[in-house]
Amino acid sequence: MAWRIVTGLKDGMIDARGERVRREIREHLGFELTAVKTLDVYTVDAELSQAEVEAAAQGPFSDPVIQNVAINQPLASDFDILIEVGYRPGVTDNVGRTAREAIQYQTGRPFAAGEGVYTSTQYLLSGDIDTSQAEQIASGFLANGLIQRWTILKRDELDPQSGVPVTVPRVTSDSQPQVRSIDLAVSDEKLLQISRDGMLALNLEEMQTIQQHVADSRIQKARGDVGLGADLTDVELEALAQTWSEHCKHKIFAARIDYVDENGHREQIDSLFKTYIVGATSTIRERMGDRDFCLSVFKDNAGVIRFNDDWSLVFKVETHNSPSALDPYGGALTGIVGVNRDGVGTGMGARLIFNTDVFCFASPFLEKELPPRLLHPRRIFDGVVEGVEHGGNKSGIPTINGSLVFDDRFAGKPLVYCGTAAIMPAELHGKPCHEKQVQVGDHILMAGGRIGKDGIHGATFSSEELHEGSPVTAVQIGDPITQRRMFDFLAIAQQRGLYNSMTDNGAGGLSSSVGEMAEDTGGFEMHLDRAPLKYPGLQPWEILISEAQERMTLAVPPVHLEAFKTLAKEMDVEVSDLGQFTDSGYFHCLYEGKTVSYLPMDFLHGGVPQMVIPARWELRDHYEPDFAQPDDLGQTLNGLLGRLNICSKESVVRRYDHEVQAGTVIKPLTGANNDGPSDAAVFRPVFDSFEGAVVSHGICPSYSDIDTYHMMACAIDEGLRNYVATGGNIDHVAGLDNFCWCDPVKSEKTPDGEYKAAQLVRANKALYDYCVAFGVPLISGKDSMKNDYQIGDTKISIPPTVLFSVIGKIDDVRCAVSMDAKKTGDLIYLLGTTADELGGSEYYDSLGELGKNVPKVDAEVALQRYRTLNRAQRQQLVASCHDLSDGGLGVSLAETAFAGDLGLEIDLARVETVGTLRDDKLLFSESQSRLLVTVHPQHRQAFEDLFAGQSLRLIGTVTADKILKISGQDGTVLVDTDIIHLKEAWQAPLREL
Amino acid sequence: MSKQVRTIVIAGNGTNCEREVANACRLAGAEVADIVHIAELLTGRVRLEDYHFLNLAGGFLDGDDLGSAKAGANRLRHAQVAGSTVSVADQLRSFVADGKLVMGVCNGFQLLVKMGLLPDLDGSGRQTTSLTFNDRGRFEDRWSWLAVDEDSPCIFTRGHKEFYLPVRHGEGKFVVEDEQVLQRLEEQHLAVVRYADTELRPTMSYPDNPNGSVSAIAGVCDRSGRIFGLMPHPEAYVHRTHHPRWTREELPEEGMGLWMYQNAVRFVRDELL
Repeated sequence: MAWRIVTGLKDGMIDARGERVRREIREHLGFELTAVKTLDVYTVDAELSQAEVEAAAQGPFSDPVIQNVAINQPLASDFDILIEVGYRPGVTDNVGRTAREAIQYQTGRPFAAGEGVYTSTQYLLSGDIDTSQAEQIASGFLANGLIQRWTILKRDELDPQSGVPVTVPRVTSDSQPQVRSIDLAVSDEKLLQISRDGMLALNLEEMQTIQQHVADSRIQKARGDVGLGADLTDVELEALAQTWSEHCKHKIFAARIDYVDENGHREQIDSLFKTYIVGATSTIRERMGDRDFCLSVFKDNAGVIRFNDDWSLVFKVETHNSPSALDPYGGALTGIVGVNRDGVGTGMGARLIFNTDVFCFASPFLEKELPPRLLHPRRIFDGVVEGVEHGGNKSGIPTINGSLVFDDRFAGKPLVYCGTAAIMPAELHGKPCHEKQVQVGDHILMAGGRIGKDGIHGATFSSEELHEGSPVTAVQIGDPITQRRMFDFLAIAQQRGLYNSMTDNGAGGLSSSVGEMAEDTGGFEMHLDRAPLKYPGLQPWEILISEAQERMTLAVPPVHLEAFKTLAKEMDVEVSDLGQFTDSGYFHCLYEGKTVSYLPMDFLHGGVPQMVIPARWELRDHYEPDFAQPDDLGQTLNGLLGRLNICSKESVVRRYDHEVQAGTVIKPLTGANNDGPSDAAVFRPVFDSFEGAVVSHGICPSYSDIDTYHMMACAIDEGLRNYVATGGNIDHVAGLDNFCWCDPVKSEKTPDGEYKAAQLVRANKALYDYCVAFGVPLISGKDSMKNDYQIGDTKISIPPTVLFSVIGKIDDVRCAVSMDAKKTGDLIYLLGTTADELGGSEYYDSLGELGKNVPKVDAEVALQRYRTLNRAQRQQLVASCHDLSDGGLGVSLAETAFAGDLGLEIDLARVETVGTLRDDKLLFSESQSRLLVTVHPQHRQAFEDLFAGQSLRLIGTVTADKILKISGQDGTVLVDTDIIHLKEAWQAPLREL
Repeated sequence: MSKQVRTIVIAGNGTNCEREVANACRLAGAEVADIVHIAELLTGRVRLEDYHFLNLAGGFLDGDDLGSAKAGANRLRHAQVAGSTVSVADQLRSFVADGKLVMGVCNGFQLLVKMGLLPDLDGSGRQTTSLTFNDRGRFEDRWSWLAVDEDSPCIFTRGHKEFYLPVRHGEGKFVVEDEQVLQRLEEQHLAVVRYADTELRPTMSYPDNPNGSVSAIAGVCDRSGRIFGLMPHPEAYVHRTHHPRWTREELPEEGMGLWMYQNAVRFVRDELL
């Protein structure tokens, strides 16, 4: 029978969770409740004695000092409406898993198959609401119908003896494993229907390629020899669909593009990826010669660069957009713990050192009516922030750099970028640690979590076909602790040299991980029935492509097999031996001894036909707005500081542990009151060295509306500018590109595909041009190409967005520089010239204008400036350094002042400009490559000498009076404001989120 | 081995700070600072009795899924050491009885409290205090001033009046079973460190008191002063570059957190070697 154990806080304890829910119900839905209390419920579905259940209830399940506990009776009292929210069958229930383990420790015996503990939460609402409002609260805020279900009871409906009726969300299934064959000798129309019905996302040409492949007589014979019929099996078709998916094969970046520019010049591009991304890196590496610090690029789960003689740095950034749109918490949590596996699974394995995160949302205060099935941006904000918080904090990885970018088009699809860096020894057991090689005969070992229907066919909005007992496949919830145990285990297995290769299980599951590893040997033989399942009823093809989390695949040589298994057992990590790597040339899967897939490896990996995409660039009619300069620029500056893209993100930053591992030297928040915005983070990964890693990023989607070429150039410059501001070495830095685009392939649904594809081409051209010009190799990246919302006639496309992340080195972290003004009397320098470049700026946007003059980057000038700045930093001549970006000089001055708790006196007449600019444009222009530096007066000469011949202007001094005073070009005072007011304007907008 | 200060940091199942704790022990002069996975203790290959100073590091044991450190405490109580009839909790009690040192930081503090090892006012091992959700209901990372009760028997804070350390937790609010427990804690000077304002006055106001702890208590010791737990992280401030304002203030090379580890190592050398 199932037991229900309910726990709740004793009288007099503050129910912080309940109070937060009460506040948020008011914010989200406008219902004013007098109180919300919360209770935790454990539904224990296992053969246990009364005494055992009592021991659990009194022991691990409750805290005697603060909680009451009840078994099979209600604890709820004193409420108007009760809402109990629990998971649907098959959804990862981390607390339930821990609760089960706790009981097993107590009783000393394991749960039987099918037994489990399921958790749910009761919300006791007091106040004047009815059940339909409670339904709104449950569906609109407390629960996500895709993964959770709820019960609503009025006070008089709660049975005083037994409480809320027991629900056990056990997965039930009576389906028997079977392998279907699919006849592909059919019409084109039928082929497309097979693809559609099976959610395979294969186009006609791809389906025809597969059709021709199976029709080949040599293939037919080979299949017959292993006992397979003439038709493909569902296992094979699913494996092909996974391997050939946009997600795994990046077909758009690999496509042949027919590009026509604004002058009608035509150009054929054979793969954006090879031409521009790999192309840039090859050019730069060749040029660097002996100084090349790249170790492993594009071929592994993450890029690897040299850190020093003993250590190498690993970096990867992923996106998890669609899952986060469906379930913001689970999607984002899975995003971060997923990218963590990429870091760990690079080369022979690495130790995670920090995370980064960048989110693009619509305004959380959006008041527009949203089209159907979109979650309000505030729910997305809350869920994503919490998901990444749990993923990062619980994994013990500091989150040290990030951004929040706002544009209302992100209501259609939020962007959730999760990055992770790791460190590995340069050599492991005498070989480079960033290299790995599977050997023929190695066993295929899967480690970590079990397989369920998680993530099969990726995220889908359709939940209609779900029935009560069917597991949820659309979304996944990460489990940081199971993953952490696995990582601890892998670290020891690495030291002992127990495996030859490893990779993570992400998109495509075993199909991808084993399929890719087997490229080393040219084949494998895997027994799908040997994989451990979360619950019965999975079909063989589902086992192969499931994206269940927390799993790694390893190649273990026979000689170490026993040691590997023994260590796993000791460390409480499940591992299973699924088969062996071979040189057969075949992707060979079996189920209960029978062959269920037999695909040639070269067809699987090389058979996908190249797409052809038309792209046509055209100049659009952008114009510069005509408006008078505002009378009070102090007020304008205040307004800009409070804009979502500029304001303080402290409430989010503080929720992320940014100091665990004791390596964060430049923290995200800095300055006199620990609340100024750092440009980049500096991290010291090895305790016996003062060498540090520096990480930052650039992202500026607002410029895409004018020209994606310059958007890309500005993102690269912004990333590098932030990086050098803190002291990152411009000659030892690598880049990583994450493209998030709207669908760029012309079709009925996307009539403007040619323009969107041209935008993509232009961004890639800039990526090549500027990486080469700056000498920054790209080491890894990812693209997510279908960020559109389309239901019925409503289509929302995100602005083309590229996150350009950079990682590099500072030789001595004690030379790092923070952005806050340091001392009264320090001199304020502006590096770089200011032009009339306000197209896509925050200032224009605040006026409802886009403009035309998008900022442009002069890489040669910028590179010389950044190198010189590095020299000044090494000589410790720089007291503070802050970049100019959103909101331009005005915002940078204000931030430098209030972060340092000091005033500034500035003369705009001294700023070097290109042509003449009005004072407001000078203050808020977003011209690139500019930095604001403060210098102690005794270093004036040395500092100015270093920059001889470059654009460097002394524009003011740091003052004690805590006033930001800015004089215009004609000497009139434009801004004369207390920094406390400026800071309040900057801190207020997101303070309570 | 007899002249070595031997320290151990237990790791596994969600501990996160073991590396920096071991580093702090080494910097403080310990000859041995071993990071030992709990599995090594449970197989019996490593024994607690071979060490002088035990560290329970911060993290999220079992994800804090049943409340902070609850599942972790349950494991230590019930999981048997292979080939013996004792649990790790039994080994821990013998370790304490031998006059050795234990420090729990953050999740390690929560673990000591929930196992009843702190403050253990009457020696019964019954849990009389707890750590629960911050009043603001959220995890937070921020630096706090701590005022030391200089009359405390605590070994780790000897000779110091103040500490400035980061707190990084969601469940750090210290609460007591009843007023008597609080009274006894204070009378016996077991409430070693309290959240304070910049003038070192203990405070209940946020954010100086980041979580709403009763009587602003940030850390407690047992009556012997040899078992100590606190929510703030001393291992996270052992060098001046850990300080959030090191780029603008003149600071000594050694961070304040290191003082606690130096006191521990000194005690071992003076009393246990």
